Amino acid sequence: MPVIEVTDLRKSYGGRPVVDGVSFAVEEGEIFGVLGPNGAGKTTTVECVEGLRVPDAGRVRVTGLDPVADHRRVAEVLGAQLQQSELQPKLTVREALELYAAFYPKPADWRPLAERLDLVPMLDTRFAKLSGGQKQRLFIALALVGDPRVVVLDELTTGLDPRARRETWQLIEDIRAGGVTVLLVTHFMEEAQRLCDRIAVIDRGRVAALDTPAGLIRRSTGATVISFTPSAPLDEADLRALPELASAEFRDGRVTLSGTDETVNAVITLLARTRVTAHQLRVTDTTLDDAFLDLTEATA
Amino acid sequence: MTTDVFDTAVLRTELRLFRREPGALFWMLVFPTLLLAILGSIPSFREADPSFGGLRPVDAYVPVAVLLGLTVGGLQGMPQVLTGYRERGILRRMSATPVRPAALLSAQMVVCGGAALVSALLALAVGRLAFDVSLPAQPLGYLLALLLAVPAALSLGAVLSALSRTTKIAGAIGSAALFPAMFCAGVWLPVQAMPDLLARIVGWTPFGAAAQALNEAAAGDWPDWSHLAVLVGWTVLLTAAAARWFRWE
Repeated sequence: MPVIEVTDLRKSYGGRPVVDGVSFAVEEGEIFGVLGPNGAGKTTTVECVEGLRVPDAGRVRVTGLDPVADHRRVAEVLGAQLQQSELQPKLTVREALELYAAFYPKPADWRPLAERLDLVPMLDTRFAKLSGGQKQRLFIALALVGDPRVVVLDELTTGLDPRARRETWQLIEDIRAGGVTVLLVTHFMEEAQRLCDRIAVIDRGRVAALDTPAGLIRRSTGATVISFTPSAPLDEADLRALPELASAEFRDGRVTLSGTDETVNAVITLLARTRVTAHQLRVTDTTLDDAFLDLTEATA
Repeated sequence: MTTDVFDTAVLRTELRLFRREPGALFWMLVFPTLLLAILGSIPSFREADPSFGGLRPVDAYVPVAVLLGLTVGGLQGMPQVLTGYRERGILRRMSATPVRPAALLSAQMVVCGGAALVSALLALAVGRLAFDVSLPAQPLGYLLALLLAVPAALSLGAVLSALSRTTKIAGAIGSAALFPAMFCAGVWLPVQAMPDLLARIVGWTPFGAAAQALNEAAAGDWPDWSHLAVLVGWTVLLTAAAARWFRWE
Protein backbone atom coordinates (compact mmCIF):
# COMPACT_ATOMS: atom_id res chain seq x y z
CA MET A 1 0.00 0.00 0.00
CA PRO A 2 1.39 3.44 -0.87
CA VAL A 3 2.21 5.64 2.13
CA ILE A 4 0.57 8.64 0.50
CA GLU A 5 -2.19 8.44 -2.08
CA VAL A 6 -3.62 11.51 -3.76
CA THR A 7 -6.42 10.97 -6.26
CA ASP A 8 -7.92 13.70 -8.41
CA LEU A 9 -7.36 16.37 -5.76
CA ARG A 10 -9.03 19.73 -6.37
CA LYS A 11 -8.90 22.94 -4.40
CA SER A 12 -9.98 26.45 -5.41
CA TYR A 13 -9.57 29.79 -3.70
CA GLY A 14 -12.23 32.32 -4.51
CA GLY A 15 -13.33 30.41 -7.60
CA ARG A 16 -9.77 30.16 -8.93
CA PRO A 17 -8.63 26.53 -9.14
CA VAL A 18 -5.19 26.19 -7.52
CA VAL A 19 -5.07 22.40 -7.55
CA ASP A 20 -6.98 21.03 -10.49
CA GLY A 21 -7.04 17.25 -10.50
CA VAL A 22 -3.71 16.13 -9.03
CA SER A 23 -3.02 12.43 -8.56
CA PHE A 24 0.09 10.60 -7.36
CA ALA A 25 1.13 7.88 -4.96
CA VAL A 26 4.24 7.80 -2.79
CA GLU A 27 5.65 4.38 -1.99
CA GLU A 28 7.25 3.37 1.29
CA GLY A 29 10.92 4.36 1.57
CA GLU A 30 10.83 6.67 -1.42
CA ILE A 31 12.03 10.27 -1.75
CA PHE A 32 9.24 11.67 -3.83
CA GLY A 33 9.62 15.16 -5.26
CA VAL A 34 6.90 17.67 -6.02
CA LEU A 35 8.45 20.10 -8.43
CA GLY A 36 6.92 23.12 -10.07
CA PRO A 37 7.13 26.84 -10.66
CA ASN A 38 5.95 29.27 -7.98
CA GLY A 39 2.19 29.32 -7.65
CA ALA A 40 1.77 25.94 -9.35
CA GLY A 41 -0.19 24.48 -6.44
CA LYS A 42 2.61 22.48 -4.81
CA THR A 43 2.14 23.81 -1.30
CA THR A 44 -1.66 23.58 -1.42
CA THR A 45 -1.30 19.95 -2.51
CA VAL A 46 0.96 19.00 0.38
CA GLU A 47 -1.15 21.02 2.83
CA CYS A 48 -4.05 18.75 1.89
CA VAL A 49 -1.78 15.76 2.58
CA GLU A 50 -0.88 17.25 5.99
CA GLY A 51 -4.55 17.83 6.81
CA LEU A 52 -4.07 21.59 7.03
CA ARG A 53 -6.53 22.18 4.20
CA VAL A 54 -9.78 20.49 3.32
CA PRO A 55 -9.89 19.47 -0.36
CA ASP A 56 -12.85 20.61 -2.45
CA ALA A 57 -12.87 17.25 -4.20
CA GLY A 58 -10.75 14.16 -4.58
CA ARG A 59 -9.25 11.70 -2.14
CA VAL A 60 -6.17 11.96 0.05
CA ARG A 61 -4.90 9.04 2.13
CA VAL A 62 -1.87 8.86 4.38
CA THR A 63 -1.14 5.28 5.48
CA GLY A 64 -4.74 4.62 4.46
CA LEU A 65 -6.17 7.37 6.69
CA ASP A 66 -7.99 10.57 5.79
CA PRO A 67 -5.85 13.52 7.01
CA VAL A 68 -8.93 15.66 7.74
CA ALA A 69 -11.27 13.14 9.37
CA ASP A 70 -8.42 11.27 11.12
CA HIS A 71 -6.25 14.29 11.80
CA ARG A 72 -4.71 13.09 15.01
CA ARG A 73 -3.75 9.63 13.76
CA VAL A 74 -2.32 11.06 10.53
CA ALA A 75 -0.36 13.71 12.44
CA GLU A 76 1.13 10.95 14.58
CA VAL A 77 2.74 9.25 11.56
CA LEU A 78 3.43 12.32 9.43
CA GLY A 79 6.09 14.85 10.35
CA ALA A 80 5.84 18.21 8.66
CA GLN A 81 8.19 21.06 7.95
CA LEU A 82 6.07 23.95 6.73
CA GLN A 83 6.97 26.87 4.56
CA GLN A 84 7.02 30.13 6.49
CA SER A 85 6.22 29.00 9.96
CA GLU A 86 7.96 30.03 13.15
CA LEU A 87 8.01 29.21 16.82
CA GLN A 88 7.46 31.37 19.86
CA PRO A 89 10.38 33.85 19.72
CA LYS A 90 11.50 33.28 23.31
CA LEU A 91 11.23 29.50 23.22
CA THR A 92 14.66 27.82 23.38
CA VAL A 93 15.68 24.98 21.09
CA ARG A 94 15.62 22.51 23.98
CA GLU A 95 12.15 23.63 25.07
CA ALA A 96 10.85 23.39 21.51
CA LEU A 97 12.19 19.82 21.17
CA GLU A 98 10.74 18.81 24.54
CA LEU A 99 7.39 20.43 23.76
CA TYR A 100 7.02 18.83 20.35
CA ALA A 101 8.17 15.46 21.66
CA ALA A 102 5.37 15.68 24.23
CA PHE A 103 2.80 15.94 21.41
CA TYR A 104 3.42 12.39 20.21
CA PRO A 105 2.51 9.06 21.81
CA LYS A 106 5.86 7.41 20.97
CA PRO A 107 8.34 10.21 20.29
CA ALA A 108 11.92 9.72 19.20
CA ASP A 109 14.58 10.66 21.76
CA TRP A 110 15.31 14.27 20.86
CA ARG A 111 18.91 14.24 22.13
CA PRO A 112 20.46 12.08 19.38
CA LEU A 113 18.28 13.98 16.92
CA ALA A 114 19.71 17.28 18.14
CA GLU A 115 23.22 15.82 17.80
CA ARG A 116 22.60 14.62 14.27
CA LEU A 117 21.23 18.02 13.28
CA ASP A 118 24.06 19.85 14.98
CA LEU A 119 21.73 21.64 17.37
CA VAL A 120 23.53 20.77 20.59
CA PRO A 121 25.56 24.03 20.84
CA MET A 122 22.36 26.08 20.67
CA LEU A 123 20.02 24.09 22.89
CA ASP A 124 19.61 27.08 25.21
CA THR A 125 19.35 29.64 22.44
CA ARG A 126 15.98 31.26 21.87
CA PHE A 127 14.27 30.70 18.53
CA ALA A 128 14.42 34.39 17.58
CA LYS A 129 18.23 34.35 17.91
CA LEU A 130 18.79 31.40 15.54
CA SER A 131 20.16 31.85 12.03
CA GLY A 132 18.11 30.78 9.00
CA GLY A 133 20.00 27.51 8.69
CA GLN A 134 19.67 26.75 12.40
CA LYS A 135 15.92 27.39 12.26
CA GLN A 136 15.63 25.02 9.30
CA ARG A 137 17.57 22.33 11.15
CA LEU A 138 15.33 22.77 14.18
CA PHE A 139 12.26 22.41 11.98
CA ILE A 140 13.68 19.21 10.51
CA ALA A 141 14.22 17.97 14.07
CA LEU A 142 10.63 18.88 15.00
CA ALA A 143 9.35 17.06 11.90
CA LEU A 144 11.25 13.94 13.02
CA VAL A 145 10.74 14.10 16.78
CA GLY A 146 7.43 12.23 16.60
CA ASP A 147 9.24 9.27 15.00
CA PRO A 148 7.10 9.52 11.83
CA ARG A 149 6.76 7.09 8.94
CA VAL A 150 6.69 9.92 6.44
CA VAL A 151 7.96 13.50 6.46
CA VAL A 152 6.79 16.33 4.25
CA LEU A 153 9.49 18.93 3.61
CA ASP A 154 8.23 22.07 1.90
CA GLU A 155 10.91 24.26 0.29
CA LEU A 156 13.33 23.19 2.96
CA THR A 157 16.46 24.64 1.40
CA THR A 158 15.04 27.94 0.16
CA GLY A 159 17.11 30.73 1.68
CA LEU A 160 20.04 28.50 2.63
CA ASP A 161 23.54 29.11 1.32
CA PRO A 162 24.97 26.46 -1.05
CA ARG A 163 26.98 24.75 1.68
CA ALA A 164 24.03 24.53 4.08
CA ARG A 165 21.90 23.30 1.20
CA ARG A 166 24.29 20.46 0.45
CA GLU A 167 24.43 19.52 4.13
CA THR A 168 20.65 19.46 4.19
CA TRP A 169 20.60 17.13 1.19
CA GLN A 170 22.82 14.72 3.06
CA LEU A 171 20.39 14.92 5.98
CA ILE A 172 17.44 14.08 3.75
CA GLU A 173 19.31 11.05 2.44
CA ASP A 174 20.02 10.04 6.04
CA ILE A 175 16.34 10.39 6.91
CA ARG A 176 15.40 8.03 4.11
CA ALA A 177 18.19 5.64 5.10
CA GLY A 178 16.49 5.55 8.50
CA GLY A 179 13.39 4.11 6.82
CA VAL A 180 11.31 7.28 6.63
CA THR A 181 9.46 8.11 3.43
CA VAL A 182 10.08 11.67 2.24
CA LEU A 183 7.76 13.96 0.29
CA LEU A 184 9.92 16.84 -0.86
CA VAL A 185 8.52 20.06 -2.30
CA THR A 186 11.09 22.11 -4.15
CA HIS A 187 11.71 24.42 -7.02
CA PHE A 188 15.42 23.61 -7.22
CA MET A 189 16.09 21.23 -10.12
CA GLU A 190 19.50 20.25 -8.83
CA GLU A 191 17.97 19.27 -5.52
CA ALA A 192 15.23 17.21 -7.13
CA GLN A 193 17.65 15.52 -9.53
CA ARG A 194 20.09 14.64 -6.79
CA LEU A 195 17.60 13.42 -4.15
CA CYS A 196 14.37 12.20 -5.65
CA ASP A 197 13.52 8.68 -6.77
CA ARG A 198 10.50 10.01 -8.60
CA ILE A 199 9.21 13.48 -9.33
CA ALA A 200 5.75 14.85 -10.02
CA VAL A 201 6.09 18.04 -12.04
CA ILE A 202 3.13 20.25 -11.15
CA ASP A 203 2.18 23.14 -13.35
CA ARG A 204 -0.95 25.26 -13.04
CA GLY A 205 -2.56 22.85 -10.61
CA ARG A 206 -2.02 19.73 -12.71
CA VAL A 207 0.57 16.97 -12.89
CA ALA A 208 2.49 17.78 -16.08
CA ALA A 209 4.68 14.67 -15.76
CA LEU A 210 5.50 11.98 -13.23
CA ASP A 211 8.69 10.01 -13.67
CA THR A 212 12.21 9.38 -12.38
CA PRO A 213 14.59 12.32 -12.90
CA ALA A 214 16.30 10.39 -15.71
CA GLY A 215 12.92 9.56 -17.22
CA LEU A 216 11.88 13.21 -17.21
CA ILE A 217 15.08 14.20 -18.96
CA ARG A 218 14.69 11.43 -21.55
CA ARG A 219 11.14 12.50 -22.15
CA SER A 220 12.04 16.06 -23.01
CA THR A 221 12.59 16.87 -26.67
CA GLY A 222 16.28 17.30 -27.30
CA ALA A 223 17.61 15.31 -24.38
CA THR A 224 21.16 15.42 -25.74
CA VAL A 225 22.98 18.54 -26.82
CA ILE A 226 25.96 18.53 -29.18
CA SER A 227 27.89 21.69 -29.88
CA PHE A 228 31.07 22.38 -31.88
CA THR A 229 32.87 24.96 -34.00
CA PRO A 230 33.30 23.47 -37.50
CA SER A 231 36.66 24.00 -39.24
CA ALA A 232 34.79 24.80 -42.47
CA PRO A 233 31.24 26.02 -43.01
CA LEU A 234 28.63 23.27 -43.05
CA ASP A 235 25.52 23.20 -45.15
CA GLU A 236 22.67 24.26 -42.87
CA ALA A 237 20.20 22.19 -44.86
CA ASP A 238 22.26 19.04 -44.19
CA LEU A 239 22.19 19.80 -40.48
CA ARG A 240 18.49 20.53 -40.41
CA ALA A 241 17.85 17.18 -42.08
CA LEU A 242 19.53 15.24 -39.24
CA PRO A 243 17.40 12.49 -37.72
CA GLU A 244 15.48 13.24 -34.50
CA LEU A 245 16.79 16.80 -34.38
CA ALA A 246 14.91 18.93 -31.85
CA SER A 247 16.57 22.29 -32.32
CA ALA A 248 19.49 23.83 -34.15
CA GLU A 249 21.28 27.07 -33.48
CA PHE A 250 24.10 28.73 -35.43
CA ARG A 251 25.83 31.60 -33.75
CA ASP A 252 29.31 33.11 -34.09
CA GLY A 253 30.46 30.13 -36.14
CA ARG A 254 29.35 27.70 -33.45
CA VAL A 255 26.76 25.01 -34.05
CA THR A 256 24.50 23.83 -31.22
CA LEU A 257 22.14 20.95 -31.92
CA SER A 258 19.82 19.10 -29.62
CA GLY A 259 18.21 15.74 -30.22
CA THR A 260 18.93 12.16 -29.28
CA ASP A 261 21.94 9.85 -29.39
CA GLU A 262 20.95 9.11 -32.97
CA THR A 263 21.28 12.78 -33.85
CA VAL A 264 24.78 12.76 -32.36
CA ASN A 265 25.79 9.71 -34.41
CA ALA A 266 24.45 11.30 -37.56
CA VAL A 267 26.38 14.50 -36.88
CA ILE A 268 29.61 12.56 -36.47
CA THR A 269 28.95 10.67 -39.70
CA LEU A 270 28.21 13.93 -41.48
CA LEU A 271 31.42 15.52 -40.21
CA ALA A 272 33.47 12.50 -41.29
CA ARG A 273 31.88 12.47 -44.74
CA THR A 274 32.46 16.19 -45.33
CA ARG A 275 35.94 16.03 -43.73
CA VAL A 276 35.14 18.88 -41.43
CA THR A 277 36.85 18.91 -38.05
CA ALA A 278 34.73 19.76 -35.02
CA HIS A 279 36.65 22.03 -32.67
CA GLN A 280 35.68 22.20 -29.03
CA LEU A 281 33.21 19.38 -29.45
CA ARG A 282 30.88 19.00 -26.45
CA VAL A 283 28.15 16.46 -25.99
CA THR A 284 26.02 16.93 -22.87
CA ASP A 285 22.82 15.51 -21.48
CA THR A 286 20.07 18.02 -20.94
CA THR A 287 19.66 18.86 -17.30
CA LEU A 288 16.43 18.49 -15.40
CA ASP A 289 16.29 22.28 -15.72
CA ASP A 290 15.80 22.03 -19.47
CA ALA A 291 13.39 19.14 -19.12
CA PHE A 292 11.40 21.12 -16.58
CA LEU A 293 11.17 24.21 -18.75
CA ASP A 294 10.19 22.00 -21.63
CA LEU A 295 7.45 20.30 -19.62
CA THR A 296 6.02 23.43 -18.09
CA GLU A 297 6.18 25.35 -21.37
CA ALA A 298 4.50 22.55 -23.28
CA THR A 299 1.32 23.12 -21.31
CA ALA A 300 1.40 26.87 -21.85
CA MET B 1 -2.84 15.39 29.75
CA THR B 2 -3.88 16.16 26.24
CA THR B 3 -7.18 16.65 24.45
CA ASP B 4 -8.09 18.48 21.27
CA VAL B 5 -8.40 21.77 23.11
CA PHE B 6 -6.04 21.42 26.06
CA ASP B 7 -2.52 20.13 26.55
CA THR B 8 -0.46 20.36 29.74
CA ALA B 9 2.88 20.57 27.89
CA VAL B 10 1.59 23.55 25.93
CA LEU B 11 0.31 25.18 29.12
CA ARG B 12 3.67 24.69 30.84
CA THR B 13 5.43 26.23 27.86
CA GLU B 14 3.11 29.24 27.69
CA LEU B 15 3.49 29.82 31.41
CA ARG B 16 7.27 29.75 31.01
CA LEU B 17 7.11 32.16 28.08
CA PHE B 18 4.81 34.51 29.99
CA ARG B 19 7.45 34.77 32.69
CA ARG B 20 9.91 35.95 30.01
CA GLU B 21 7.75 38.95 29.10
CA PRO B 22 8.70 41.77 31.47
CA GLY B 23 6.13 44.10 29.86
CA ALA B 24 3.23 41.72 30.38
CA LEU B 25 4.40 40.93 33.91
CA PHE B 26 4.56 44.61 34.80
CA TRP B 27 1.25 45.73 33.29
CA MET B 28 -0.74 42.74 34.49
CA LEU B 29 0.79 41.97 37.86
CA VAL B 30 2.54 45.08 39.16
CA PHE B 31 0.84 48.09 37.60
CA PRO B 32 -2.66 47.67 39.15
CA THR B 33 -1.26 47.40 42.67
CA LEU B 34 1.26 50.16 41.99
CA LEU B 35 -1.58 52.44 40.92
CA LEU B 36 -3.46 51.55 44.09
CA ALA B 37 -0.37 52.31 46.17
CA ILE B 38 0.18 55.68 44.48
CA LEU B 39 -3.46 56.71 44.91
CA GLY B 40 -3.50 55.38 48.45
CA SER B 41 -0.49 57.48 49.37
CA ILE B 42 -2.46 60.66 48.60
CA PRO B 43 -3.79 61.76 52.03
CA SER B 44 -7.23 62.85 50.78
CA PHE B 45 -7.76 59.36 49.32
CA ARG B 46 -7.64 57.96 52.82
CA GLU B 47 -10.47 60.13 54.15
CA ALA B 48 -14.12 59.09 54.02
CA ASP B 49 -15.89 60.76 51.12
CA PRO B 50 -19.69 61.12 50.95
CA SER B 51 -19.66 60.78 47.15
CA PHE B 52 -18.29 57.26 47.65
CA GLY B 53 -21.17 56.44 49.98
CA GLY B 54 -19.02 57.15 53.01
CA LEU B 55 -16.16 54.94 51.82
CA ARG B 56 -12.65 56.25 51.46
CA PRO B 57 -11.57 56.59 47.82
CA VAL B 58 -8.80 54.05 48.47
CA ASP B 59 -11.47 51.51 49.50
CA ALA B 60 -13.30 52.11 46.23
CA TYR B 61 -10.09 51.74 44.24
CA VAL B 62 -9.31 48.23 45.47
CA PRO B 63 -11.97 46.57 43.25
CA VAL B 64 -10.74 48.80 40.40
CA ALA B 65 -7.19 47.53 40.91
CA VAL B 66 -8.54 44.00 41.21
CA LEU B 67 -10.10 44.31 37.73
CA LEU B 68 -7.29 46.26 36.11
CA GLY B 69 -4.91 43.33 35.55
CA LEU B 70 -7.75 41.43 33.92
CA THR B 71 -8.62 44.39 31.71
CA VAL B 72 -5.05 44.90 30.51
CA GLY B 73 -4.46 41.17 30.03
CA GLY B 74 -7.72 40.53 28.21
CA LEU B 75 -7.60 43.54 25.91
CA GLN B 76 -3.89 43.93 25.30
CA GLY B 77 -1.89 40.96 26.52
CA MET B 78 -3.70 37.99 25.10
CA PRO B 79 -4.79 39.46 21.72
CA GLN B 80 -1.20 40.57 21.05
CA VAL B 81 0.15 37.13 21.80
CA LEU B 82 -2.50 35.26 19.82
CA THR B 83 -2.37 37.46 16.72
CA GLY B 84 1.43 37.22 16.90
CA TYR B 85 1.18 33.42 17.00
CA ARG B 86 -1.10 33.47 14.00
CA GLU B 87 1.03 35.98 12.08
CA ARG B 88 4.20 33.97 12.63
CA GLY B 89 2.58 30.69 11.60
CA ILE B 90 3.01 29.23 15.09
CA LEU B 91 -0.64 28.15 15.16
CA ARG B 92 -0.22 26.62 11.71
CA ARG B 93 2.85 24.68 12.74
CA MET B 94 0.94 23.27 15.67
CA SER B 95 -1.94 22.30 13.35
CA ALA B 96 0.43 19.80 11.77
CA THR B 97 0.92 17.94 15.08
CA PRO B 98 -1.50 15.64 16.91
CA VAL B 99 -2.17 18.57 19.25
CA ARG B 100 -4.51 21.18 17.84
CA PRO B 101 -3.67 24.90 17.95
CA ALA B 102 -6.75 25.28 20.16
CA ALA B 103 -4.42 24.02 22.90
CA LEU B 104 -2.39 27.23 22.50
CA LEU B 105 -5.54 29.32 22.73
CA SER B 106 -6.71 27.59 25.91
CA ALA B 107 -3.22 27.75 27.44
CA GLN B 108 -3.11 31.49 26.79
CA MET B 109 -6.51 31.88 28.45
CA VAL B 110 -5.41 29.92 31.50
CA VAL B 111 -2.15 31.88 31.80
CA CYS B 112 -3.86 35.23 31.31
CA GLY B 113 -6.76 34.38 33.63
CA GLY B 114 -4.37 33.00 36.24
CA ALA B 115 -2.20 36.11 36.09
CA ALA B 116 -5.32 38.27 36.48
CA LEU B 117 -6.29 36.35 39.62
CA VAL B 118 -2.77 36.69 41.06
CA SER B 119 -2.89 40.40 40.27
CA ALA B 120 -6.28 40.63 42.06
CA LEU B 121 -4.94 38.86 45.15
CA LEU B 122 -1.94 41.17 45.20
CA ALA B 123 -4.17 44.25 45.06
CA LEU B 124 -6.38 42.89 47.86
CA ALA B 125 -3.35 42.06 50.01
CA VAL B 126 -1.65 45.44 49.52
CA GLY B 127 -4.97 47.22 50.11
CA ARG B 128 -5.43 45.33 53.35
CA LEU B 129 -1.85 45.58 54.63
CA ALA B 130 -0.84 49.04 53.47
CA PHE B 131 -4.11 50.99 53.52
CA ASP B 132 -6.22 49.03 55.96
CA VAL B 133 -8.90 48.30 53.35
CA SER B 134 -11.21 45.60 54.73
CA LEU B 135 -11.17 42.31 52.87
CA PRO B 136 -14.42 41.59 51.01
CA ALA B 137 -17.18 41.08 53.56
CA GLN B 138 -18.88 38.57 51.24
CA PRO B 139 -15.80 36.61 50.05
CA LEU B 140 -17.75 33.90 48.23
CA GLY B 141 -19.74 36.45 46.25
CA TYR B 142 -16.54 38.36 45.55
CA LEU B 143 -14.80 35.25 44.27
CA LEU B 144 -17.81 34.33 42.13
CA ALA B 145 -17.93 37.80 40.58
CA LEU B 146 -14.21 37.64 39.87
CA LEU B 147 -14.41 34.15 38.42
CA LEU B 148 -17.23 35.25 36.10
CA ALA B 149 -15.35 38.39 35.09
CA VAL B 150 -12.31 36.38 33.94
CA PRO B 151 -14.03 34.46 31.09
CA ALA B 152 -15.92 37.61 30.06
CA ALA B 153 -12.65 39.54 29.69
CA LEU B 154 -10.86 36.63 28.01
CA SER B 155 -13.66 36.07 25.50
CA LEU B 156 -13.53 39.79 24.71
CA GLY B 157 -9.80 39.34 24.12
CA ALA B 158 -10.51 36.32 21.92
CA VAL B 159 -12.90 38.39 19.80
CA LEU B 160 -10.21 41.07 19.43
CA SER B 161 -7.74 38.37 18.35
CA ALA B 162 -10.29 37.03 15.89
CA LEU B 163 -11.01 40.43 14.36
CA SER B 164 -7.39 41.62 14.12
CA ARG B 165 -5.47 40.25 11.18
CA THR B 166 -2.14 41.57 12.44
CA THR B 167 -0.54 42.35 15.79
CA LYS B 168 -0.53 46.02 14.81
CA ILE B 169 -4.30 46.02 14.37
CA ALA B 170 -4.70 44.05 17.60
CA GLY B 171 -2.58 46.64 19.39
CA ALA B 172 -4.62 49.51 17.98
CA ILE B 173 -8.03 47.97 18.71
CA GLY B 174 -6.81 46.79 22.11
CA SER B 175 -5.68 50.27 23.12
CA ALA B 176 -8.86 51.83 21.75
CA ALA B 177 -10.97 49.37 23.75
CA LEU B 178 -8.79 49.60 26.85
CA PHE B 179 -9.81 53.16 27.77
CA PRO B 180 -13.59 52.63 27.72
CA ALA B 181 -13.05 49.31 29.52
CA MET B 182 -10.93 50.99 32.20
CA PHE B 183 -13.53 53.73 32.46
CA CYS B 184 -16.28 51.14 33.00
CA ALA B 185 -14.14 49.35 35.57
CA GLY B 186 -13.93 52.70 37.38
CA VAL B 187 -10.29 53.65 36.91
CA TRP B 188 -11.10 57.36 36.54
CA LEU B 189 -14.22 57.41 38.62
CA PRO B 190 -15.16 54.38 40.70
CA VAL B 191 -18.68 53.23 39.81
CA GLN B 192 -19.95 54.16 43.28
CA ALA B 193 -19.14 57.80 42.50
CA MET B 194 -20.75 57.76 39.05
CA PRO B 195 -24.11 59.48 38.53
CA ASP B 196 -26.96 57.00 38.72
CA LEU B 197 -27.78 56.88 35.01
CA LEU B 198 -24.12 56.49 34.05
CA ALA B 199 -23.65 53.74 36.61
CA ARG B 200 -26.67 51.94 35.18
CA ILE B 201 -25.34 52.16 31.60
CA VAL B 202 -21.87 51.09 32.68
CA GLY B 203 -23.51 48.17 34.49
CA TRP B 204 -24.41 46.66 31.13
CA THR B 205 -20.76 46.43 30.08
CA PRO B 206 -18.64 43.47 31.18
CA PHE B 207 -16.18 45.50 33.24
CA GLY B 208 -18.87 47.79 34.68
CA ALA B 209 -20.96 44.80 35.75
CA ALA B 210 -17.90 43.16 37.25
CA ALA B 211 -16.97 46.34 39.16
CA GLN B 212 -20.47 46.71 40.58
CA ALA B 213 -20.67 43.04 41.57
CA LEU B 214 -17.29 43.31 43.31
CA ASN B 215 -18.34 46.49 45.15
CA GLU B 216 -21.52 44.84 46.40
CA ALA B 217 -19.61 41.79 47.63
CA ALA B 218 -16.92 44.00 49.19
CA ALA B 219 -19.64 45.78 51.15
CA GLY B 220 -21.00 42.45 52.39
CA ASP B 221 -23.98 41.95 50.08
CA TRP B 222 -24.42 39.07 47.71
CA PRO B 223 -23.69 40.55 44.24
CA ASP B 224 -26.81 41.46 42.32
CA TRP B 225 -27.79 38.60 40.02
CA SER B 226 -28.30 41.04 37.17
CA HIS B 227 -24.58 41.93 37.22
CA LEU B 228 -23.57 38.28 37.27
CA ALA B 229 -26.04 37.57 34.45
CA VAL B 230 -24.53 40.41 32.40
CA LEU B 231 -21.09 38.79 32.80
CA VAL B 232 -22.36 35.36 31.77
CA GLY B 233 -24.30 36.89 28.87
CA TRP B 234 -21.21 38.66 27.53
CA THR B 235 -19.13 35.51 27.90
CA VAL B 236 -21.62 33.44 25.88
CA LEU B 237 -22.03 36.10 23.22
CA LEU B 238 -18.32 36.88 22.86
CA THR B 239 -17.25 33.24 22.91
CA ALA B 240 -19.70 32.49 20.11
CA ALA B 241 -18.42 35.48 18.13
CA ALA B 242 -14.78 34.46 18.66
CA ALA B 243 -15.51 30.87 17.64
CA ARG B 244 -17.31 32.15 14.53
CA TRP B 245 -14.59 34.58 13.39
CA PHE B 246 -11.34 33.20 14.72
CA ARG B 247 -8.93 32.10 11.98
CA TRP B 248 -6.00 29.82 12.66
CA GLU B 249 -3.97 31.38 9.85
